[in-house]
Amino acid sequence: MDRVPVLQIGRILLVSIQFDLEDESVLNLQEDLADRIVSSGAHGVVIDITAVEIVDSFIGRMLATIASISRMLGAETVVVGMRPAVAITLVELGLSLGGVRTALDLEKGMRILQGSRAGREGRSGDAAADAAADRILSPGRDTDLR
Amino acid sequence: MTAGEEEQQLPIASNDDVVRARRLVRSLAQECGLSLVDQTKLVTAVSELARNTLVHGGGGSMRVCCPQERGRRGVRAVFEDSGPGMADPEQALTDGWTTGDGLGLGLGGARRLADHFELETAPGSGTRVTVTKWVR
Repeated sequence: MDRVPVLQIGRILLVSIQFDLEDESVLNLQEDLADRIVSSGAHGVVIDITAVEIVDSFIGRMLATIASISRMLGAETVVVGMRPAVAITLVELGLSLGGVRTALDLEKGMRILQGSRAGREGRSGDAAADAAADRILSPGRDTDLR
Repeated sequence: MTAGEEEQQLPIASNDDVVRARRLVRSLAQECGLSLVDQTKLVTAVSELARNTLVHGGGGSMRVCCPQERGRRGVRAVFEDSGPGMADPEQALTDGWTTGDGLGLGLGGARRLADHFELETAPGSGTRVTVTKWVR
């Protein structure tokens, strides 16, 4: 069965959903992510759904559940890259994902997480993590996500 | 004969089949010329209904076709199971009402997302749900 990879950038975990998720893979992802948050001490989780063509009530609930689990484990979740058609459909379906933070793209999502962490811990956070995240945020440097 | 006028059938017996149902309806909706938003709405409704067929109906089937009526074209999906059926269809369409551990948005949500929605069910005689989305 396909498992969704969980990547780590500094103290932020990145999950990019790249294929049509089967229900079982969704449940595996919840467990994998919870384990990784604890083992890595991550303070943030970004879930990239740029490639996701539909979000039904099952996947919507998965996103809300992941956000709740992460919060329990001290990490904040931001869902990024939702397609306009998916947003329209979700609202009509009756799911507004009230408890889930969203951002338009990966860059804005990372900034939200860094901003809220800076607010919590003061500006003198983990320098290595910030440097790693900065590499991601500066286009044209040694990291290319596309 | 244009693509999609023939009826296609797919068994709904596993999680994989739910994914297959989504893909089949997506490709049909593209062929029939539904807008991207309408494709997304229909495929989302199909995903909810296919999962209902699997979880509540104990499995069943989906039939899809591209009907033409009064000069308009659309995509129709019919879900059938021979599960326990429902005694009170109106209640089942209420948001938040569920017998399983879901959100209870499946049926009501599918009705909102489709242009035409039909639910035929009775206790002990299974369930048939039909959704249609027309090209605008």
